[in-house]
Amino acid sequence: MIAISSNLLMLAFVLYLVSFIAFVMAVTGKKWSNRDPKEHSERWGRIGFYLTAAGFLSQLGFLVLRWIAGGHSPTSNMFEFMAFLSFAIILAFIILFLIYRLPALGMFSLPVGIIMIAYASVFPKDVQPLIPALQSYWLYIHVTTAALGEGVFAVGFAAGLMYLIRVTDQSQKQRKPWWKRGTTWLEFSISVVLMLVGFILMVTIFSAIGYEVVYEVTNETGMTSEVTYTLPSIAAPYNGERITDEGFGPFITTPGWMKGVDPGRKFNTMLWSVISGVILYWLLRLVVRKRLAAVAQPWLRDIDPAVIDEISYRSIAIGFPIFTLGALIFAMIWAAEAWGRFWGWDPKEVWALITWLFYSAYLHFRLSRGWHGSKSAWMAVIGFVVVVFTLVFVNLVIAGLHSYAGV
Amino acid sequence: MINKNPIVRIVILALILIAAGWAVYQSAIKDKQTIEEGTAAPNFMLPLLGGGSMQLENLRGQGVVLNFWGTWCDPCRKEMPALDQVHNKYKDRDVQVLAVNIGESDVTVSRFVEQYQLSFPVLMDKQSEITALYEIGPIPTTFFIDGEGVVRRIVIGGPMSEQTIEQYIQEILPE
Amino acid sequence: MTTVDDIKCECGHTNPVGTLLCEACGNPLQKEDGEEFPDMRYDGVSRRSQTFSRTIVDKIWNFFSSVRVAIILIIIVLLASIIGTIFPQEMYISGPAEQVYPEKYGIAGEIYYKLGFHNLYTSWWYITLLLMIGTSLVICSLDRVVPLYRALKKLPVKRHLSFMKGQKVYTSVSLSQDKEPVLDQLQRSLSKKGFRVVREGYSLVGEKGRFSRWGPYINHIGLILVIVAVLMRLIPGFYLDEFVWVKEGETRKVTGTEYYVKNVEFKEEYYDPEDVPEGVDVEGRVVKNYQTDAILYENRAADTPGAPPDLVEVHRDQIRVNHPLKYKDLLLYQSGRRLNEVTALNIDLIHLEREEVIGPFTLDLYHPESEIKVSEDTTVRVLEYFTDFEWTEDNEPRSKSPDPNNPAFVVSVISPETPAGERSWIFLGSTLSSPDGEPVYGFAFTKPEIADVTGLMVRKEKSLPFIYFGSGVVMLGLVMGFYWQHRRIWINFEGEEIQIAAHTNKNWYGLRREVQQILQSIDVERSIEQLSKGGK
Repeated sequence: MIAISSNLLMLAFVLYLVSFIAFVMAVTGKKWSNRDPKEHSERWGRIGFYLTAAGFLSQLGFLVLRWIAGGHSPTSNMFEFMAFLSFAIILAFIILFLIYRLPALGMFSLPVGIIMIAYASVFPKDVQPLIPALQSYWLYIHVTTAALGEGVFAVGFAAGLMYLIRVTDQSQKQRKPWWKRGTTWLEFSISVVLMLVGFILMVTIFSAIGYEVVYEVTNETGMTSEVTYTLPSIAAPYNGERITDEGFGPFITTPGWMKGVDPGRKFNTMLWSVISGVILYWLLRLVVRKRLAAVAQPWLRDIDPAVIDEISYRSIAIGFPIFTLGALIFAMIWAAEAWGRFWGWDPKEVWALITWLFYSAYLHFRLSRGWHGSKSAWMAVIGFVVVVFTLVFVNLVIAGLHSYAGV
Repeated sequence: MINKNPIVRIVILALILIAAGWAVYQSAIKDKQTIEEGTAAPNFMLPLLGGGSMQLENLRGQGVVLNFWGTWCDPCRKEMPALDQVHNKYKDRDVQVLAVNIGESDVTVSRFVEQYQLSFPVLMDKQSEITALYEIGPIPTTFFIDGEGVVRRIVIGGPMSEQTIEQYIQEILPE
Repeated sequence: MTTVDDIKCECGHTNPVGTLLCEACGNPLQKEDGEEFPDMRYDGVSRRSQTFSRTIVDKIWNFFSSVRVAIILIIIVLLASIIGTIFPQEMYISGPAEQVYPEKYGIAGEIYYKLGFHNLYTSWWYITLLLMIGTSLVICSLDRVVPLYRALKKLPVKRHLSFMKGQKVYTSVSLSQDKEPVLDQLQRSLSKKGFRVVREGYSLVGEKGRFSRWGPYINHIGLILVIVAVLMRLIPGFYLDEFVWVKEGETRKVTGTEYYVKNVEFKEEYYDPEDVPEGVDVEGRVVKNYQTDAILYENRAADTPGAPPDLVEVHRDQIRVNHPLKYKDLLLYQSGRRLNEVTALNIDLIHLEREEVIGPFTLDLYHPESEIKVSEDTTVRVLEYFTDFEWTEDNEPRSKSPDPNNPAFVVSVISPETPAGERSWIFLGSTLSSPDGEPVYGFAFTKPEIADVTGLMVRKEKSLPFIYFGSGVVMLGLVMGFYWQHRRIWINFEGEEIQIAAHTNKNWYGLRREVQQILQSIDVERSIEQLSKGGK
């Protein structure tokens, strides 16, 4: 049954990819010869939507089968959580697409969902029995609600990025210094997304050829353990020594203050993501010979920026109550049940609060200070970066009570 | 229709200020000690080493030197002879020395008492209940309690010399 | 104290000072030539903080009623919170803070510690910031809820043309048909879309979702309740945080309460690979359950601390992770364990020459007896007991703590053969006879008594129901405010022309679609783009 469920996830992944292509067709193919642009866009938008819906059902099948097989909700480790997050992102996209019927939204939202599935697949996929700390129905309630909220934020991010690509002035003659230019930061945002893509590519390639480097690590108490790298090692673990003969590196050592399970391996992975993302970005740039955002801008030209702005805001307005409920209120109730205190300033808790404060600042800026358009879109983009930081990097750099979540 | 009267706003602001001030104050003082010099010493009852029990309340009218100790604590051991001297000197003048041992076994404590030839009563706080009640941090800690049951002096750490103990006893000596 | 004149509108209505749009007809009151149409936020009703700023009270009030200040406070708290996660807080490290930070994190750690960031979230300035946000919540709400109420209480039907044209959504249509049937049709379509419609002469107004305007205030009231509930924990007795270790079979006082708890049994269970569903990975040993079977007693003699307890059983439960024992306010959480602790040594006393076991005896590590009769004529006397044995610098035996980490006994065996007693040391697993002469007796260890020790966290959290209630109010406000919108549509016949204006507090796209559909019901086509330009 677990095998079937994994295949369903694979199927969902493929369907999302295909529907992404359909959405791209809907957006970019309008100017193709002898077609009615409106009809073309609607037709391919519809195809994309149905494909997404099919992928969504397939992913639902994955969740249900895995739940039945494992005996607990599939939200208990990093693989399951990331897969669920992508499910939430697709769900949020479906809802917002039904409201606004904008194929371009699919072109920007689906990649976020696709990247999440791909990212999930980097983690061990085994179904593990629940350790006592996770044996609570709050595991389902807290994690799923928080993920749903974050999923809607992801669509807010996609729409924010779309808005910025649509409105940022791409003309070459800008007098401002580079760090004040919208284009710089837009390209930077795009390259961060490409880093995730690069990371997934790296892991897929090296795991396909079965690459492995093993380090022996001595910890503070003098105990040794082995750490296996599946990517070539740029950075050795802190106090680590390579024990496999062949292979490459290390060139540097992971700083000792990085915490969590195998920080060295994670730091190495992070370096690979950054390097591969930057290479990927410049390769693309070499091919198109202009800024990546400038390539995408014409596709969005006939969309009213006000509508994209509203979609981004609407997503955050929908996501905010869900996030509050899942990541703060349900989290407090579970923490009170499991740890005997509803709030303990654990790093993950603090970062959930930071995310919440950030989005409340966004809402106040927008509703009371009239921040619309670019400023608001930048905040939507940064907001989701904070979400991803909370989900991924807090576990990497900072050890805390949530560290058993698999990272 | 707008309330032009500032009193409502003054009251609201004052209430917020008081609540906030209280909250900041409460959170700023980290270790809240409830037993201080000048407060009443909480009553307790403990078994004596070698049988019987003792209640603090029953010592009203006498000054009490209440010493918390353990055999593993060096300054406590060093302080014991001085306490014993003082005990012998003042036992007829209505000052009682009480030593509360924290959580050790009868065997350990009675050998210690034999070895040091201590003559004052030793109370056995097996579950460290009274130690918690008196908010004991580092030991030895000694409370000088007057005849009214009021803590006159708290000495944290040691060892105290005989002179020091005697000097503090003057503060709790019944008339 | 102020004597500013009220403002009279051209329609004849008298408005309080500070009003931007006439409360009756909506005409801008203070509009200069070329100025933008005023903000619609409170429909131009006068707001306390925007009107007076004379005394110190006014100034403080205005400071806290500013959303700008609120946002700045939010951002400061946000940044401060980030700083607090750079290194672990003091409560998550072990060892003295002044050493751990510089040793582990170098110079940055030292600076972090020196600046007090190791206790950031309980520092006076962080709490002050949170309280300032709380104050801002109270005053912002009070400052806005009154004008909002005034603005929403009345719903004038006919509004001034400049008001209509000032709206973001405005359009006009020339119609030569009869006015009545058109208005009837418009009224029907508005009602069908859930609008509450009021008609007055040749004017219509439709409104829906007004309650959603209260969402932010309810949400903010909820936040205030949460803050107050959290502050309640500072009241003595509202909050208790202790920890007790209880051996199996032992009954121990629950620190800080009048209860005693007995650890009947502690269990640590593992998943059985046979039992888990197929495909589930239990490689290595995966813990399935930590559990303490506990009995809770109330001490009826709690009035005198230390007095022999008079225990009455009040509750029994199996304490597991995620399943604390709950009795009245008291909560006991499974949160620690020490397995297989030696609690007593079992020893056979042996006559070395005769190679004969005289008999077994037990040395309890917590409450050893001072004299143990081993046989008819042989007694073991415990002369000394060091719970955590070590040699001092001057070669004196001593104990360095009251916990039996390294127990050492000095015993003396008294028998007809050794009437003066034969002294020996007994350690955990080894013995040492006195150096003078051949020893008569020896010792052989048998299986010691062991027990699991459970660690129970003791909590009282009386403010919890209030925090949950406050959170519920927050959610109610958020859902009201974000999942519904307040929409108003004004329709007015002016001669042959129909003027239509609409306003919402958010989701303009949806509003435009509704206006578009309503216009379609009287066979007028307007694109979303056309409806986006307003009356300019």
